[in-house]
Amino acid sequence: MEILKKYPKLFQWLFLLLVFFGLCFAIDVPETYKFIRGQAEFVKDPNQSTYVFLGKEVRYYAFDVFWRLPPLLGWLPIWINDSLFFLMNEWMPLEFWNEDTQEFKTRPLLLEVSRKLTFFMTFLIELIREILIGGINTIVTFTGWDWISDNPWAELPGLPWTIVTAGAVLLSYHLSGRGLALFAGLTMVYISIFGQWKPSMQTLSFILVAAPLSFMFGLGLGIAAFRNKRVEKALYPILLVMQTMPQYAVLVPAMVLFGVGDHAAVIITMVVAIPPMILLTILGLRAVPPEVIEAGKMSGCNNWQLMFKVLIPTARRDILIGVNQVIMVCFSMAVISAFIAAKGLGYNLLLALNRLDIGLALEAGLCISLIAILLDKMSLAWANKQEDYFGNLTFIQRNKNILFFLGTVIVGIVLAYIGTYLFKGTHNYLFEVPHNKGISTADFWNRGVDWIFDTFFVYIKAFNTWLIQDVLQPMRAMYLRMPAIATIVLVVGAGYLIGGIRSALIVCGLTLFIALSPWWDRALVTTYMATFGVIVSCTIGFIVGTLSFQNKHSASFMLGVCDIFQTFPSFVYLIPVMMLFGITDTSVLIAVIVYATIPATRYTIEGLRSVPAGLHDAATMSGVNKFQRLTKIEFPLAFPHMMLGINQTIVFALFMVIIGAFIGTEDLGQYILKALSDKNGAGIGLTLGVCVAFIALIFDNLIRSWVEKRKKHLGIA
Amino acid sequence: MSDAVIKCESVYKIFGENAKKMLQEANGNVDAKTFQDNGCIVGVNNASFEVAKGEMLVVMGLSGSGKSTLLRCISRLTDATGGKIFIEGQDLLQLNNKELIDLRRNKMGMVFQSFALLPHKTVVENIAFPLQIKGIKVEESIGKAMEMVKLVGLDGRENYFPRELSGGQQQRVGIARSLAVEPDIWFLDEPFSALDPLIRKEMQDEFLRLQEQLKKTIMFITHDFDEALKLADRIAIMKDGLIEQLDTPAKIVLNPATEYVRKFTEEVPREKVLLIEDVMDKSTDSVGDLKVLKDEVIENVAEKILTQEKTVGVIDDKNNLIGSINPSRIINTVFGGRRNGN
Repeated sequence: MEILKKYPKLFQWLFLLLVFFGLCFAIDVPETYKFIRGQAEFVKDPNQSTYVFLGKEVRYYAFDVFWRLPPLLGWLPIWINDSLFFLMNEWMPLEFWNEDTQEFKTRPLLLEVSRKLTFFMTFLIELIREILIGGINTIVTFTGWDWISDNPWAELPGLPWTIVTAGAVLLSYHLSGRGLALFAGLTMVYISIFGQWKPSMQTLSFILVAAPLSFMFGLGLGIAAFRNKRVEKALYPILLVMQTMPQYAVLVPAMVLFGVGDHAAVIITMVVAIPPMILLTILGLRAVPPEVIEAGKMSGCNNWQLMFKVLIPTARRDILIGVNQVIMVCFSMAVISAFIAAKGLGYNLLLALNRLDIGLALEAGLCISLIAILLDKMSLAWANKQEDYFGNLTFIQRNKNILFFLGTVIVGIVLAYIGTYLFKGTHNYLFEVPHNKGISTADFWNRGVDWIFDTFFVYIKAFNTWLIQDVLQPMRAMYLRMPAIATIVLVVGAGYLIGGIRSALIVCGLTLFIALSPWWDRALVTTYMATFGVIVSCTIGFIVGTLSFQNKHSASFMLGVCDIFQTFPSFVYLIPVMMLFGITDTSVLIAVIVYATIPATRYTIEGLRSVPAGLHDAATMSGVNKFQRLTKIEFPLAFPHMMLGINQTIVFALFMVIIGAFIGTEDLGQYILKALSDKNGAGIGLTLGVCVAFIALIFDNLIRSWVEKRKKHLGIA
Repeated sequence: MSDAVIKCESVYKIFGENAKKMLQEANGNVDAKTFQDNGCIVGVNNASFEVAKGEMLVVMGLSGSGKSTLLRCISRLTDATGGKIFIEGQDLLQLNNKELIDLRRNKMGMVFQSFALLPHKTVVENIAFPLQIKGIKVEESIGKAMEMVKLVGLDGRENYFPRELSGGQQQRVGIARSLAVEPDIWFLDEPFSALDPLIRKEMQDEFLRLQEQLKKTIMFITHDFDEALKLADRIAIMKDGLIEQLDTPAKIVLNPATEYVRKFTEEVPREKVLLIEDVMDKSTDSVGDLKVLKDEVIENVAEKILTQEKTVGVIDDKNNLIGSINPSRIINTVFGGRRNGN
């Protein structure tokens, strides 16, 4: 009894585990149970049970309710689908004037809105694309074909690559100085001479449309949420789910509403990019010191002046960090949007991966990575740049960068013009290096991959077999062996022990949603892969982080590496693993581990860094050695922050597991991928996305509750 | 006083959801404990006072005493829960948003503890900010702001950003900004608390010089009793939202109203605070040859008086004999009855 009183928490946990394992052993696997593969769930089978809800028929294999809950939410995806269909095709038919046929036409409101939006987005993208790489579409929109054929000079030739490169270099120089300018120059030249110019500019134009729009909406909504508590409360759950939903899963409903192509991709990118902007806007505005707001009020600002002359300029840095986030999300979406046929680098990468042309994929991937780093560094430099005073400078001094750029535009045009004579009959390399005329190293890489395969095939295969047979399969079987009731008891119990009744209820709701969806088994597989990835990632991240923390320079270096790796769109990580391990679960898991190790390492280092220097000195003066200091002082204090890292690691791992479906996994991701090519996939895709988000949110809730408690306990809130 | 610029009539500020209702039920008998048990925190408790034109009222209290809350009620950065506040006869709590903004644009200036400068504007732009908000043209406002820059002695630094200035310099900008619209009422919320002691002293002297020149009606918040003594015409000492005593520095030092106030006055070097006038006798009998001005601080004339054997005469600035003081009185004031038992 004494010991029970001394460690009440410990015994509560032991009791929970006891109940969990008791349930696991008490409930046998039903004889009819088998993990259903592929399409089997949609095949009509006399063994299936059915029920009808809201007029939708749901078919499923019935088991003991303790083993697997019946999919009582099975109607949800079908219902979402039908509702979307109804909204698009039948809801609120209105008369619209048709310009072409000169008559009124009846069309549902949403369809009309979607068309108008599509038209608008397409126009914007085309316009920017034509500035960058030339074309005639927008001019035709304004004038008509006749006019263009009569006035051939009016065809937009697009900017020569020399000018865009010079622009990027000058902008980088202005924002950050020589280093970044050099990097920008090298990146742009690389893109150009390797023949990736056109897809790169397509991707860039995509970002140039999506990012500013996302910024404006995000800022607007952020301001609204800041000013009105009710708006914030309404937005918060949506933001939470959007932050944890795999970007991949939102593509599906977008397809239904807007079809495939760049415009749909831009719109859905905005949906994904706006939440972080809102969050950072609110955060930034909140961080403005109250006295500055009071100073604004006492200066006689009205609400409008207070917001735009005091609050926003003071929160400038946070808001620009939001812009950085928006740009990075837009970029990563631009790559993933290849799945719904958005043009650009992602599309080339997808094609190359589909053909298993690792060399081409590597080139595109490198290009993507370089641009990602460049965009990230430039926007961060913008955020960190402090304004200089230039009231006492002359016009030329003040605008020297712009003037210089105008100069390079003229030089670039002249060069391109000279190029037309220089490269008569062939391509004008001073204007643009075409896709097939650039230097290509694809063959070299392909040969390299072949060589690796030939040389190490035996070892790779042995490793592969060992991992799959001795580690992954048993682990997967263990996860699937859990009766649903046992899982729910475990999760809810953990919620109660960590965060009390409120936490338990939230977690219970989230788990029930997944358990009642038709994809519980798939969710278990997703969770098992993510768990495996998270465990390995955290171990690696923890060790690497701790080791590199021992030295100030290595710690900074490691954080820099994390920064760079984090900018790469998750998709890029699939290239090297496919190169080495081919199309197997191992590939996916290795990609997951690499990707998820980033936050694990970063948060370990940051956590250790956050330990106050005063405590260091105090510990040293108490005569601890390095190891004691680490275990007695630094780890306990850094642990809450490190747990937040685990939180991020889980989100990253889940994202990668889902994207891994592209290589071929049997989890929720597989269904999302399938939903992409299904015309009735919207409901399924959305529900699946929500399921993945909920898995992340369950862990998020548990970890956050624990961290908050722990921090309060340590007094470092 | 009829020319009161600021007038407070039993002002209450209570934080919490049911604050208004609870205040009504309490019927003017607010007890902090009872309120706290019901989830309300009493910020300001029944504050009534007036500030005359050109007077400097220093509100002194430790952190959490409600002094800043009181100031924010009077500048209406927060709305008082109960009571009435009049600014030059206008009922502050009845003003609508537009009138309030008008009042702030023309009548009020405020200086903050953490300076609260706009980080994206230069010194001169920061100072010109309230003018531009008012709608004054850029050139005109910059010209006016430049005068302010000179007034607070920052010429040559007008194009610096706040991040490039020291704390003292930043607060000079804050002061200049609050004066730019030439307000009649000047609020200062612990303006020198964030500064180093030496800089603080320098800024206090500078502040007194400015006030000499400008003669504003001032409410000055501080947690530093010495600062209060040095600057104030009158001091209000606050504790737990209540004003414990409101009087001139001399009267507070000589007659502390409560035990709490007495604790502050114990350590005060009286010879630096009290004037001859505060301790003199009214009788003018048997006065010696030496005469001292009634407005002298004791410290400055103590040596002269103490070397006299006779009683010293006290004169006003028109050279009329109005009282007397003898050396033993000085000794008594400075050393007598200060510490318990001694």
